[in-house]
Amino acid sequence: MYRKKLISTLLILAILLSFASLSLASDKSLMMATTTSTDNTGLLDYLIPHFEQETGIALKWTATGTGKALKLGQNCDVDVLLVHAPAAEKAYIKKGYGKDRREIMYNDFVIIGPVSDPAKIKGKNISDALLTIKNHKSPFMSRGDDSGTNKKEKLLWKNAGIKMPDQEIWYVQTGQGMLATINVAQERAGYTMTDRGTYIKYQAQQGGKAPLKILVEGDKILLNQYSVLTLNPANCPRAKYDLALDFSNWMASKSAQKLIGDFRLLGQKLFIPNAKQL
Amino acid sequence: MDFLVAGFIKAVELLINFDQGTWSAICATLRVSTCSMLLSLGAGLPAGFLLGYFDFKGKRALRTVLDTLLSLPTVSVGLLVYAFIASRGPLGQFELLFTLTGIAIGQTILAFPIVTAITASVVEGIDPELKLTLLSLGAGKKNIITTCLWEVRYGLLAAAVTAYGRVLTEVGISMMVGGNIKYHTRTITTAIALETNKGLFADGIALGIVLISIAFAVNISLSFLRKK
Repeated sequence: MYRKKLISTLLILAILLSFASLSLASDKSLMMATTTSTDNTGLLDYLIPHFEQETGIALKWTATGTGKALKLGQNCDVDVLLVHAPAAEKAYIKKGYGKDRREIMYNDFVIIGPVSDPAKIKGKNISDALLTIKNHKSPFMSRGDDSGTNKKEKLLWKNAGIKMPDQEIWYVQTGQGMLATINVAQERAGYTMTDRGTYIKYQAQQGGKAPLKILVEGDKILLNQYSVLTLNPANCPRAKYDLALDFSNWMASKSAQKLIGDFRLLGQKLFIPNAKQL
Repeated sequence: MDFLVAGFIKAVELLINFDQGTWSAICATLRVSTCSMLLSLGAGLPAGFLLGYFDFKGKRALRTVLDTLLSLPTVSVGLLVYAFIASRGPLGQFELLFTLTGIAIGQTILAFPIVTAITASVVEGIDPELKLTLLSLGAGKKNIITTCLWEVRYGLLAAAVTAYGRVLTEVGISMMVGGNIKYHTRTITTAIALETNKGLFADGIALGIVLISIAFAVNISLSFLRKK
């Protein structure tokens, strides 16, 4: 009998201990929702240790599409956002979910496709390129996940005067992150739209001999702006607004901006810092 | 194909170099799965015993429900737990979203029906003569129960191993509730999903090998237990 009691006591202790060890958390911690591009490229792994060292704030992040990131902020499941869909962000602030929006850095979107370029879109402007892909019925991979990239892509189809090819067999919605979508495009020998940062990361992974290359670039509409958004304390009273503002200010600081500018793969800049100094 | 071999080499490299990301994912996986196993065994074994040992009205219906729950999709459990522990959910004030505790809750829900259903089947299979023999020998109620449970210990072990396999390998709950946060809630399975997403197949394979090794180690130690 004594042994049984001992065993059951130990079991209860084990349960309690495993729970206690799970719920250890420092009080100066910040939860961020961000996009797959900032995470997949390795930018955050490179940048955030500097932030934690300089400010003593522990930053954790979950990488998802901008659409879901905004939703997580709206539901107060995170404290701060690093996203890239300016129009959606402004509407978000207007609706009272977000408070401060600070532009941090940019790169641009490009259309990539097989080196052989079956639909012959190389050098065309963006609208003509999409029209050509549509007429040629070449496979086109879309994120299809309401991410910042996906929002931009939908805008481009609209601008080209093309009805969203949702139902078309050549229009493939992967529902996955940017690198995953590029890999699908590679397998299907199709086209896709990506931010330049993720494309350079992909190139680096392929050892510089990527089967997909940049075919359309340089249009003004292809600019890809990343911003930090703090949440509106009126909507999310428990979100750590002060720490979020610290993060926003740090990202815009001269030292962080220099770090972002110094982040390179294959000798190329992935993001170009452009925060305005207040 | 060559990434299979590359993955194997990479697995050994990651482990012997004590790669921080890999080891933190292993630790997260072990902590969260141990926690959810203890909880689901603690609740599932007694529940399964009651269900298998006693006869009552509606028992068959209950068994059917339980058997259906064996095929709970992990993403649905994830979504359910998310709804409850999200900031706006009924348990929002405990701030369990994006924590290992949150994942453990989901995995407990996943494992509980497995433990309960298998325990119930095993207990139902106890030879009715055993009970009679024990009664005729003058055993008390408590003695009967403990002796019965001891009789079916290997069956209960099988219940635990099956549940552990499901908990260890699920990715839906960990991804949705945990958020795949590096060094915090990134488990081996969510790390595999991420690496594969990034096109780093070798890294994904390496982590897969690590996961299988863990399962192997658990089963080896259990089979030793069985011999003794």
